Amino acid sequence: MHVPDGFLDAPTSVTTGVVAVAAVGVSLVKARNELDDKTAPMAGLVAAFIFAVQMINFPVASGTSGHLMGGALAAVLVGPWTGILCLSVVLLVQCLLFADGGITALGTNITLMGLATVVVGWLVFKGLQLVMPKRLSLTALQAGIGAFVSVPVAALLFVALYAMGGTADIPLDTLTTAMVGVHVLIGVGEGVITFLAVGAILAVRPDLVYGARPILERRQLEIRTSSTTGASA
Amino acid sequence: MGAGHGHQLHYHGHSPVHRVPAHLKILALLGFMIVVVATPRDWYPVFGVYLLLLAAVIGMSRVPPTYLLKRTVVEVPFVLFAVLLPFVATGPRTEVLGVTVSQHGLEAGVALLIKGTLGVLASLTLAATTEPQELLLGLERLRLPQQLVQIMAFMVRYLDVVTGEMRRMKVARESRGFSARNPRHWPVLARSAGALFIRSYERGERVHLAMLSRGYTGRMPRS
Repeated sequence: MHVPDGFLDAPTSVTTGVVAVAAVGVSLVKARNELDDKTAPMAGLVAAFIFAVQMINFPVASGTSGHLMGGALAAVLVGPWTGILCLSVVLLVQCLLFADGGITALGTNITLMGLATVVVGWLVFKGLQLVMPKRLSLTALQAGIGAFVSVPVAALLFVALYAMGGTADIPLDTLTTAMVGVHVLIGVGEGVITFLAVGAILAVRPDLVYGARPILERRQLEIRTSSTTGASA
Repeated sequence: MGAGHGHQLHYHGHSPVHRVPAHLKILALLGFMIVVVATPRDWYPVFGVYLLLLAAVIGMSRVPPTYLLKRTVVEVPFVLFAVLLPFVATGPRTEVLGVTVSQHGLEAGVALLIKGTLGVLASLTLAATTEPQELLLGLERLRLPQQLVQIMAFMVRYLDVVTGEMRRMKVARESRGFSARNPRHWPVLARSAGALFIRSYERGERVHLAMLSRGYTGRMPRS
């Protein structure tokens, strides 16, 4: 759901533009800690993956379908800073090469769909990781909850921006109810699919999941003696 | 929400519009859209002038108008929103075709349609007349940070590879009789997404190693 040109007034667009530029600037510096000199190729491929995953349609009911936004998924898989970079590049490419989302609304789109979903998804994920038992099997669940929360929060942020610089006077309580209501539903889909996807990746290559690294590092090397040498001590 | 993205929008040609350096086109698009967005919403004749201006550029680019019009489908979700606006907005009421609607909502909806359509058409014109490689060079000339241009370059380079991989996975699923109809099929699709991530990430690692073995030190060679 990309915001088009002329949806929000100029001061709001400029403000979100400044926020987006600052966030991308900080992420460019911080992402080097997550990926060092691999940043360009890795972030580029992950951005291509996010773009592709947004094309997978998940059937909901009676012919309708939705797709993943991927903010929380990217944060858990490659880290929040790289995640912000990837989502921002995806939105930039969609704006310039696919005419999806207005060029004057690019800052708004990056703030809502790049920054807000990644940051909220990551904070919820990290918070749950701190309070829940440190088990690898819970990582996918935490990622799913993070993804679920990130979508309605981004919708609320959109309502807040609309209250500041909307171009039509829709009663705010109606807009809030509608936006949050719809996006809680979208968030359920986002959460379940993020949970399933992270679970699938953890089963095959747990080392690739950035959010699971603190747990993997706590693992002790376990040496099991083979049964052919008889009962071990 | 939003329509799925099709293949690249570029329309091959050698018109004057195709030949203009990409950074000027990006600046022109940005400038044009800022002016459009800043125009008060009831100056309808002025919007007509904008549309004529845009039509002149499209005419000069020799991109068939139908080619562009077909691709304005990305706008559909917001058309729906604009159509709903007159019914949900508050303020003085007015009557259109026997239906009572909000005057402000109607004006805002019409303005949103006009500005949004101008934006989509202008962006499509840029996308249709500019090769992705030129666009990257243009962004570099506009002083977008090197690192960001590089990430974007890798994304554009591998976009078709990754989406092609996804398409093959879809063909493989469907040739085994799978079709996604309801949420019970989500696990299969999510596992596909997971496999796609692992393949993309591992491809990224291979690309990085290949670059290192060719002397990559963190900067791209100038071409």
